[in-house]
Amino acid sequence: MRFRPLQLLMLALALACGLLATAPSRAQDGGADIGALVRAMGEASLRELQAIVSDLAATGDPSVTPSLEALAAGNLYVNDETGAVVIMQRNRMYDPVSEEEIAPVGDTDLSRIRVNNSLRRDIGTALGGLTLMSPNTATRMSAARSMLAARSPDNLPLLEEAIAEETDDAVRRMMNAARAVTILGMPDASLEEKRAAIPVVAQSAGREAATILNAALSTAPEELRPSIEASIAGIERDRAVWGAAQNVWFGISLGSVLLLAAIGLAITFGVMGVINMAHGEMVMLGAYTTFVVQEVIRQSAPGLFDYSLAIALPLAFLVTALVGICIERGVIRLLYGRPLETLLATWGISLILQQAVRSIFGPTNKMVSNPSWMSGAFELGGLTITWSRLWIVVFAIVVFVALLLVLKRTALGLQMRAVTQNRRMASAMGIRTPFVDAMTFGLGSGIAGLAGVALSQIDNVSPNLGQGYIIDSFMVVVFGGVGNLWGTLVGAMTLGIANKFLEPYAGAVLAKILILVLIILFIQRRPRGLFALKGRAVEQ
Amino acid sequence: MADKTDTMLYLDGVSVSFDGFRALNGLSIIVYPAEMLAIIGPNGAGKTTMMDIITGKTRPDDGEVLFDGRTDLTQLDEAAIANLGIGRKFQKPTVFENQTVWDNLELALKKPRNVLATLFYAMDASDRARLDEILETVRLTARKNDLAADLSHGQKQWLEIGMLLAQDPKLLLVDEPVAGMTDSETVETAKLLKDIARTRSVVVVEHDMSFVRDLDTRVMCLAEGSVLAEGSLDQVSANPKVIESYLGR
Amino acid sequence: MITQAILRALDKKAIWLVGILLVIAIAIPAGNLLIPPGQPFHVPAYIVTLFGKYLCYAILALALDLVWGYCGILSLGHGAFFALGGYAMGMYLMRQIGDRGVYANPTLPDFMVFLNWRELPWYWQGFDQFWFAMIMVVLVPGILAFVFGFLAFRSRVTGVYLSIMTQAMTFALLLAFFRNDMGFGGNNGLTDFKEILGFPIQAASTRSALFAATAVTLALSVIVCSMIVNSKLGKVMAAIRDAESRTRFLGYRVEYVKLFAFTVSAIMAGIAGALYVPQVGIINPGEFEPANSIEVVIWTAVGGRGTIVGPIIGAVLVNMGKSYFTGALPDLWLFALGGLFIFVTIFLPKGIVGTFAQWWRQARGPRRDNTTPRDTGASADRPLVAADPQPKPAE
Repeated sequence: MRFRPLQLLMLALALACGLLATAPSRAQDGGADIGALVRAMGEASLRELQAIVSDLAATGDPSVTPSLEALAAGNLYVNDETGAVVIMQRNRMYDPVSEEEIAPVGDTDLSRIRVNNSLRRDIGTALGGLTLMSPNTATRMSAARSMLAARSPDNLPLLEEAIAEETDDAVRRMMNAARAVTILGMPDASLEEKRAAIPVVAQSAGREAATILNAALSTAPEELRPSIEASIAGIERDRAVWGAAQNVWFGISLGSVLLLAAIGLAITFGVMGVINMAHGEMVMLGAYTTFVVQEVIRQSAPGLFDYSLAIALPLAFLVTALVGICIERGVIRLLYGRPLETLLATWGISLILQQAVRSIFGPTNKMVSNPSWMSGAFELGGLTITWSRLWIVVFAIVVFVALLLVLKRTALGLQMRAVTQNRRMASAMGIRTPFVDAMTFGLGSGIAGLAGVALSQIDNVSPNLGQGYIIDSFMVVVFGGVGNLWGTLVGAMTLGIANKFLEPYAGAVLAKILILVLIILFIQRRPRGLFALKGRAVEQ
Repeated sequence: MADKTDTMLYLDGVSVSFDGFRALNGLSIIVYPAEMLAIIGPNGAGKTTMMDIITGKTRPDDGEVLFDGRTDLTQLDEAAIANLGIGRKFQKPTVFENQTVWDNLELALKKPRNVLATLFYAMDASDRARLDEILETVRLTARKNDLAADLSHGQKQWLEIGMLLAQDPKLLLVDEPVAGMTDSETVETAKLLKDIARTRSVVVVEHDMSFVRDLDTRVMCLAEGSVLAEGSLDQVSANPKVIESYLGR
Repeated sequence: MITQAILRALDKKAIWLVGILLVIAIAIPAGNLLIPPGQPFHVPAYIVTLFGKYLCYAILALALDLVWGYCGILSLGHGAFFALGGYAMGMYLMRQIGDRGVYANPTLPDFMVFLNWRELPWYWQGFDQFWFAMIMVVLVPGILAFVFGFLAFRSRVTGVYLSIMTQAMTFALLLAFFRNDMGFGGNNGLTDFKEILGFPIQAASTRSALFAATAVTLALSVIVCSMIVNSKLGKVMAAIRDAESRTRFLGYRVEYVKLFAFTVSAIMAGIAGALYVPQVGIINPGEFEPANSIEVVIWTAVGGRGTIVGPIIGAVLVNMGKSYFTGALPDLWLFALGGLFIFVTIFLPKGIVGTFAQWWRQARGPRRDNTTPRDTGASADRPLVAADPQPKPAE
C-alpha cells in the first residue's frame, strides 16, 4: 500500500504514452514501454484496461502476446504488495513479458485482474492484429480467421497491411475474405467497395459465407441486394452439391463397412448354402484381436504403435479363420444339407462366443486407438473426410480385389466357384467338397476378422459389436445375391448410399426401417437378389 | 402346322436358353386327344426342359404353348396348369416320403384344392373306393399304410403313376417311368399306359427302347432342343440322323 | 363339417393334453387361493405368475411349430407377433390407468404427458374398450403376417432367405418401437398397469384368473392346431414342407397354404402376447429383439417340432432352466443356451418328444406316423429326395 502514489504516477505516464502511441506510426521500440504498460494493468479500472490493451496492441510487438492472452484467460494476477503483474498457471508464476518462471515470493496475496466480455473481444482483436504479422503461417491463418469472425472495422488497416505483405496464397485468401466481410458490414464503406467485396466473401469465407451475406442483406442498400442474393443462391447451390457429395461419401464409407462385413457371409452362403449366424462374432473377434495387439504393444514396444494395425491384420485373419474352420469341422459339417438347422446351431455358437468374450474381457467397451496416420480429417472442397473412414474404404477395396483374385486365379477359387454352381457335379469331378467347405468357411471367417480390425477403428469394441452388423450384412447378401462378388459390392454400396441419403429426411432409425421395407419389396421382383445364378441347378 | 383347336397339346417354335445355353430351339410338338406320344433322345436333347415348360416351371423365351387348343400355358403357374388337367411324373420319382402311400394318393385325388376345402375335407365312400381301385391298379394295396419312403424304387414309380391316375388329368407327362423296374414290371407299365391312353393324351419320355416298342405308338426323337425325326419306332430308328446322334451304329 | 373337423382334431393324444391343461387351469389357482399358506399343497403367488408366463411361451412355441414343424417355414420373427399382441393389450391396460397416473391425466398415458402431447393419437382411440383391444390383438399380428406372408410366399422366398427376412421384420419393428414419436412409450414401453376389466392386476385372484385363462387358451390352441394338422390341409402342409415344388405340380396353391398357416400362427402368437403382458406387468421394445424370436425356435426344437405336445414341453422346460440359470449362475446361461442350440440340432433333431416317440415305436413294433420327420436326413428342411425333381443342370 505504500507504493500507491508511485503507481498512480506510473499509470498517468502510461496513459500519456498510450495516447501518443495511437498515432499511425506504431512504436516498435521498447521492452521498457511494454513493461510499464503491463505493470499499469495491475491497478487499472476496466475502462483504463481497455486503453492499455489497445496501446499494447498498437506496439505491434509480439512480446505483448503472453500478457494479453493471460489477461483474456483470467490468468493475469497482480501482487497486492509489490504491484508486480504476473501470469499464474497451474500454481506457477511467470513474468508476463519475458515468459520466464519466477520463484514464488513468500505467501503474498495475489489478486486476479478482472476482465469483462467486451474487453475480451478487444483482446481477441488485438491479438489477431499482432499475430497477423507472425512469421508462422498457421498463426497468421488463425489470426485471419479470428478477424473474419470479429468483423471489426478497426482491423481494416491492419488487414490491408498484412495482405500487402502476405506471401502464402491460402492465408491471403482468408485475409481477403476477412477484409471483404468487414467492409460489407461497415456502414460508411462505399457502394463500389461493398460490391467488390461480395464475390470475395462468397468465394472464400467458407461455410459462414451464406450467414455473413444474409446478415449483410438486411442492412445493405437497395442497389446491392440483387448481387448479394445471387451470391447467396450460388452458395446454396454449391452447398447442396457438396451436401450430396458428402452423403455419397458417407454412403460409400458405410457401404465399405457393410461390404467388409458381408462379403465373407456371401461366399460361405454361396458355396455352402448355409447362413453363418456367428459371422458377426467373427467380426467381433477380429476387433478384440486388434485390442489385444495394441495392449501388448503399449506395454512392451510403444514405438511400434503406428504399426499395430499392420500386425493385427494377419493375426486377426488367422485367429478368426482358425475359429471358423473349427466351427465348420466341429458343427456345420454334421449338419450338411440342413441349412435351417445350421442357422440355429451357428446362432448357438454366436451366443457362446459372445459370452466367452464377455467373461474374458468384461462387458464394457474396450479402447482401441487410431494410429496417428488414421486420426484426424482433411477437407476436400466442401467435404470433410476423416482419415479412418478413407482408409477403411481403401481397405475394403483392397480386400475385395484380393478376394476377386483368389476366386479367379487360384485352384481353391476355381473349386469354390465350381461348388457354388453345382455341388454334385463338382464332387463327381473329384473336387473334395468337404475340404472346399472348410477352406471357404475359414476364408469367409478370416475376412470377417479383417472387417473386425477395420471396425475397431470406428466403432466401440464390445462383445455386442457383431450383432450390430449381422442383420445389415444379411440384407446385403439378400439384396446382392450370392455366387457373385460383384453382387455383394453393388448391394453393399447401394444400401450404404441409400441409407445415408434417406437419413437426413427420415432420421437414422426410420431410414433403416425404410431400407428393410424396400428390400422386402425388392425381393418381390428378384427373389434371389440382383446377381442371381440362373439355370435349373440353383432352383433347389 | 395343323389346326390348333383339335389338339390337346400344341407347341410351336418354343425356344429357351439358360445363361446362353440353348436348351430348346424352335421345338414344335402336337399331341391329339387320346393319343400317346413317345419321346426319345440323347441327354441334353431338352426332353425335361420341354416338360418344365408345359407344366409352368420354366417360361419359354419364345414360342407358343397351348393346352386343349385354347389355353396359353406360358401365362400360368404350376398349380393352375395342374388344375387344368395336366399331370406330371418326374424323372426321379418324387413322392411325399414322410406320408403313407394312402395319404400320397389322397393328396393327389382330384378334389377342390383351396385352403378351406382341404381344411374341412372328409373322405367319403366313393373317394375311398376310387383310391382302393388305384391301389389295386398300381399293386400297392398291401402297402397302403406304409410310409412312401419305405417303398422300393420301382414301387415309388408305381405310386407316382397312381398319383397321376388319382389326379384324373387330361394330359399325362411321364418322364422315364420304368427306370428301376424289373422286366415284368416294365411290361405291366407299358400295358397300363396304353390303357390310359385310350381316354387321355399321354407323353412318355423314355430311354428303354424295348419299352418304347411295347408302347407301339408314334415316336419322336429330340436332339439339341428340336425335333430330329418323327414317325413309327421303326421309321425313327432307321433315320440316319437318329442313328448318328442317339442310337449309335 | 366343422364339428367333424373338430372331432377329428380330438384324437387320443389331444384329448389327454387338453384334459391335463384343463386340470392345471383349475388346480393351480385353487392351490393358490383355497389352500392357505403353510399347507403342503399351497401354491405361492409367484409360482402362479411364473407358470402363467411359461404357458404363454408354450402358446407361442406351439404357434411357431405350426409353421415350422408342420409346414417347413422357419420364422425368426414370431416374437414380433407376440409383442404386437402384447402391445395391443398393453394399450388397453394403459387406458385403464385413467387419472391414477403420475400426471393424473384422465386420457393421456403418462409418457405422452411427459412428451408434451396434447391429445391421444388416432391409433390409441378405442383401446379403452376391452373388446376393441381384443380384436386388435388378433387383427394387428394377423394383418402384418398376412401382408408379409403374401409378399414373401408369392415371390417364393423360401428357406434361409425367408428366415432372414422374418428376422429383418422383427428388427425393423424393434427400431420403430424404440422411437418415442411412435407413441408406444419408446424405450420404456408400457407399464404401471392398475387393473384389467375392473379387477386390480396385482391381486392374487386376478393373477389366478389370468393363469386359468392362459391354460384354457393353450388348450384351445392345441385343439386348433390338431384340427389343422390332422386335416387334409395338414397333409398338404407336410407335403409342402417335404417337397414344395412337387406339391405345386399336384395343383395346390402352395403360397396360400403357407399364408394360411403363417397368419393363423401369428394370431396365436399375438394372443399369447396379450395374455403375457398383464401377468408380467410390462411390455417394451425388447420383446422385438431378434434373439427372443430365435429362442422360441429352440424351445420348439427341444420339445420336438412336428408334434403338438413337444413345443409345450420345450417351452416350459427351457424357461424353467432359464429361470434357474439366470438366478443361480447368470454368467453361464448364455453358454448353456448356446450349447443347447448346438446339441439339439446335432444330436436331438426330433426333440425330446420325437425321440421318445421313436423309442416307443421301436419298442412296440413298426407303426406309422406321418407327422414327425422320419430321420435326420429327411428333416423338414430337406427331404431324402430333393424337393426339386431335376437337380441336374439342363440335361
